[in-house]
Amino acid sequence: MAEDTSYEWKPVKGFALSGLFWGAVSVLIGLIISIQLWKPELNIAPFLTYGKLRAVHVNGLAFGFAVAEIFALSYYMVQRLTRVPLLFPKLAMVQLYIFNAAIVAAAVSLLAGMTQSKEYAELEWPLDIGVVILWVMFAVNIFGTIIKRKEEQMYISLWYLIATVIAVAVLYVVNNLAIPVGLFKSYSIFAGVNDANIEWWYGHNAVGFVFTTPILAMFYYFLPKSTGMPIYSHRLSIIAFWSLVFAYLWTGAHHLVYTPLPDWIQTVGIAFTMFMIAPSWGSVVNGYYTLAPDWSQMKTNYLAKFFILGITFYGLQTIQGPTQGLRVVSQLIHYTDWVPGHVHMGTMGWVAMTVGASMYYVIPKVYNTEIYSVKLANTHFWFVLIGQLIFSITMWILGIQQGAMWKAISPDDGSLSYTFMESVVNNYPYWKMRTVGGLLFFVGLCMFAYNIVMTVLRAKKIPAPAGQGR
Amino acid sequence: MAGTIYKKPILFAVVVTVGILIGTAVMMVFPMLTPQMHPKLQNLNPYTALQLAGRDVYQEEGCFYCHTQTVRPLKAEVMRYGEYSKAGEFAYDQPFLWGSKRTGPDIARVGGKYTDKWHYKHFNDPRKLFQGSNMPSYGWLADRQVDAKAAEARMNALGFPYTKEEMAALSDKTKLDALVAYMQSLGHAVPRKPRPPMIAKGDMNPLAGDMNAVAEGKKVYEMNCAACHGVDAKGDIGPDLTDKEWLYVVGPVGDDTLFFTIADGTKKDMEFEGRRAKGGMPSWGEFFGKKKIWSLVSYIRSMEEKE
Ligand code: HEC
Ligand code: HEC
Ligand code: HEM
Ligand code: HEM
Repeated sequence: MAEDTSYEWKPVKGFALSGLFWGAVSVLIGLIISIQLWKPELNIAPFLTYGKLRAVHVNGLAFGFAVAEIFALSYYMVQRLTRVPLLFPKLAMVQLYIFNAAIVAAAVSLLAGMTQSKEYAELEWPLDIGVVILWVMFAVNIFGTIIKRKEEQMYISLWYLIATVIAVAVLYVVNNLAIPVGLFKSYSIFAGVNDANIEWWYGHNAVGFVFTTPILAMFYYFLPKSTGMPIYSHRLSIIAFWSLVFAYLWTGAHHLVYTPLPDWIQTVGIAFTMFMIAPSWGSVVNGYYTLAPDWSQMKTNYLAKFFILGITFYGLQTIQGPTQGLRVVSQLIHYTDWVPGHVHMGTMGWVAMTVGASMYYVIPKVYNTEIYSVKLANTHFWFVLIGQLIFSITMWILGIQQGAMWKAISPDDGSLSYTFMESVVNNYPYWKMRTVGGLLFFVGLCMFAYNIVMTVLRAKKIPAPAGQGR
Repeated sequence: MAGTIYKKPILFAVVVTVGILIGTAVMMVFPMLTPQMHPKLQNLNPYTALQLAGRDVYQEEGCFYCHTQTVRPLKAEVMRYGEYSKAGEFAYDQPFLWGSKRTGPDIARVGGKYTDKWHYKHFNDPRKLFQGSNMPSYGWLADRQVDAKAAEARMNALGFPYTKEEMAALSDKTKLDALVAYMQSLGHAVPRKPRPPMIAKGDMNPLAGDMNAVAEGKKVYEMNCAACHGVDAKGDIGPDLTDKEWLYVVGPVGDDTLFFTIADGTKKDMEFEGRRAKGGMPSWGEFFGKKKIWSLVSYIRSMEEKE
């Protein structure tokens, strides 16, 4: 196809492979911290203790993996959906180099203990500036390309991308405002309760606009593309989009239930949290009905399997999430291992599945070849699925047990039934089980990486026959 | 218009921006402008230079990934950790360090719960005190000096008062010293509410002479007390319990005094039969019913008698 040659795939390739690399490293670190929790001897050096590595795990996956794939797949989608090449391809390549340098610097600085210690906003101020610059570069390219578009109507995925670009910019800048003291240290300009409120206004929406809206953009684009089925309902997409964008920013306080945050903020936050089921399930239903006319693709098309399981976990996540916000539930599961169970259903189930499938679709397209092995992709699917289920289910069981042990009061004499240490000792079998689940997930991820790398290597050797790029 | 907005990217972006700013304005900006988000308890003190240096270590080491610093107003939680957290306790916390996960216990009220010596021993190797603990060892912090030069800039940045002497004293402090000072500074702005006494003054041990009680007490002792008083109860962080000398009582000690010491613990400067306590004995009344505590008293008596 003549059109193909003018598209700019280099930044897509660069970000996709960088993200894969950082993702694999960060998941390996996740595996290590999961072992450190039941084998503290593994805290072998001051810069490799749990407190340091956990930050690298989370930042590595949020920034190194998720954001890189968001860049990669957005640059792919935006060109296809506007039918024009990326407006500033050189800028995107510069962005790629700065990005990788920034991830290295981020990892090193976190290992050295340089942290603002606000979750998902750990990076110190010089790196924050770097992140803002990278984001501006991204925004310029996305908006520029959209404005130059040949396709008049903007498709749903572009709506979600625009929302992502704007929301992340606002959130990131405000929450990272700090007083620098030297190059490597700063103090938040906000204090106490106010700082907590701002952090979770940010934190919840960092999850929302990194692990949700851009992933939905991918879902709405790649599901129809890889199954040949158009999205079921345009109207449902419209309602789901606007209600999600409006409601998301109200809900951060559900992370601060029963803290000293004023009650009214908690209550309003919880109310909007309940409402979040609606827009989320708008997309879930839309996804299911899209495939409904040809459900047999679940057997025949490995990509359909990834996408449908991904949206299923998104659906479960968005029922579980609002439930967790309720005071009666929060008092039991808040601060327990239930929450990592929730987190990893979202990240390993929804995010990693959807991104993985999108990459399986995009990599052969941009390298003008076929995927190396569909069989391996199917095996990958089962490993990450089972790994994730083991992880989440053990953590939910454990979380409920912890919550119950912490609040258990003996009916005989009204004393607490368990010391804290008794609850710690109870964790070990579950934490070991989680490591087993994580190991399966990691093996699956390695299969994925191998498959992608082999696809790329093979494409370089034998250029595929013409007319492959659909 | 409704349909055409999807053809106008700039307009679309503006509407999205307005959409996200409404929730932001109501939930984040508006509260920030009201005094309810900036309360300060009257007896809350800014951090000293050493405490702030310790707080910096707490941040660097990512302790907040395992520890929370906010006690929720729930019955069991207040029993376990102490009075629930008040908004006015955090005015000097930039950033706040409430945390979101309790792999370890909440430490909002840990200040004064233990002696400094306990903390040093604990940071050196938590498993010496709690066999099953998964907290990393932080003994190496004792080999790192506090950065005395940076400290002044940091105090200035936060606007905390300090003296020249205080700054000079930092030069021979290690990061571990700073961390312990920070631990001891936590949670004092709210006075501890005394629990109603579990027994009456002058009560005698109803289990005295019961050999089962001694066995039960020994079991409880080994699990909870041996870490501080020694397996043989000859003393370590806490005093020797087998001798006839008592810290705050001259001569023989009453059953009730032993009971109260175990149930309520000791706090620094607390008045105890006319003497001032050094503190560092945690309270156990929330964890043990009367029977367990009397069993402990029986066990301590049995060791006393052996001598
Ligand atoms: C891997 C999680 C983990 C990390 C990281 C961690 N801790 Fe702990 N901490 C625990 C656990 C579990 C306990 C309970 C058992 C014990 O006391 O060792 C505990 C107990 C404590 C206690 C005693 C609390 C009490 O009331 O008995 C203090 C104080 C403490 N930690 C401080 C710290 C500091 C300071 C840091 C950072 C330098 C830190 N912890 C890092 C898990 C952790
Ligand atoms: C964290 C360390 C620690 C633990 C655990 C601990 N103690 Fe203590 N205990 C102390 C310290 C320190 C003192 C001295 C208090 C003071 O000087 O104010 C003390 C004092 C005492 C005293 C008074 C001793 C005297 O000579 O007057 C008794 C009795 C006692 N503890 C019993 C117990 C029992 C029983 C347990 C277990 C349920 C226990 N302690 C657990 C640290 C501890
Ligand atoms: C309607 C949608 C959702 C709602 C209402 C929701 C709600 C919640 C709540 C209430 C918590 C706090 C739990 C606690 O600490 O007690 C939480 C934590 C979390 N959720 Fe969700 N959730 C939703 C969807 C998602 C999705 C799709 C993801 C994607 C990965 C996700 C990732 C996370 C993460 C990472 C945390 C941990 C935050 C932290 O403590 O660091 N959530 N969520
Ligand atoms: C082998 C797979 C993985 C393992 C073993 C693992 C392990 C862990 C562990 C042990 C924690 C700390 C939990 C705690 O605080 O108690 C954690 C936190 C986290 N992980 Fe993973 N992880 C894995 C994969 C992933 C993936 C693929 C993602 C994202 C795409 C991810 C995102 C996160 C996030 C956001 C948190 C922070 C949660 C919070 O603050 O509550 N993890 N992980």
